[in-house]
Amino acid sequence: MKDVKSQASKSTTPGKGGLSAEIQSRIGHQLRAMYDDVVRQGVPERFAELVRKLDAPQAASQLEGSGGSNEDDGRE
Amino acid sequence: MPLTDSLRDDILAAVPSLRAFAISLSGNGDRADDLVQETLLRALANIDSFQPGSNLPAWLFTILRNLFRSDYRKRRREVEDAEGNYAKTLKTQPAQNAHLEFEEFRAALDKLPQDQREALILVGASGFSYEDAASICGCAVGTIKSRVNRARSKLAALLYVEGAEDFGPDKTVRAVIGGSSG
Repeated sequence: MKDVKSQASKSTTPGKGGLSAEIQSRIGHQLRAMYDDVVRQGVPERFAELVRKLDAPQAASQLEGSGGSNEDDGRE
Repeated sequence: MPLTDSLRDDILAAVPSLRAFAISLSGNGDRADDLVQETLLRALANIDSFQPGSNLPAWLFTILRNLFRSDYRKRRREVEDAEGNYAKTLKTQPAQNAHLEFEEFRAALDKLPQDQREALILVGASGFSYEDAASICGCAVGTIKSRVNRARSKLAALLYVEGAEDFGPDKTVRAVIGGSSG
């Protein structure tokens, strides 16, 4: 961590937006790492069910009555 | 556009990145999944208003972003006790060292103004063009560019510049990490 900081303050060759290329790429890398961790989890089953089974009118009525039934409703 | 099977597949394919966007915005896994669920319900209910051939992910992201915005004021208080929940949503816990770095990054991201945070995520992580990000956020392309730049500068100041010690792991923890990695 200390290394990062001292490097950062030395190599602040103002590039685009006043940040060094190294810092920009470090931020980009961390941002994508955080995001991709979630992307890699794929599609949770509850959403797969919802998108595959629900028709537009059903979705509309679910929205109106959305008081929060987060239990499975055991539809056949 | 009618709800065809292939459109359903396309919507499903967007779910992982919708979740990532929702978690990045809200910092809370449970709330993020509620946002995604409501986004999907709205998308399905309003599928007629989707223009065939236009950008489906951008359309879905717009719905989610607007939901998050309208929800944000209401929930502001609850968000505060949700700190740390994000890490629990991860299936694989990162190694300790990486984990602390991650927490630090997450904390810095949360300090950004909402406009800047969403712009940075859309462009820097979701991979949208400036144009798509502008349409998702309902603002000009130049505005998105300047928000992204300001977000990067602020993150850099928080994370990589001397004197930004007032958040994240304390110095003792830093010293331990420094010792073991150097």
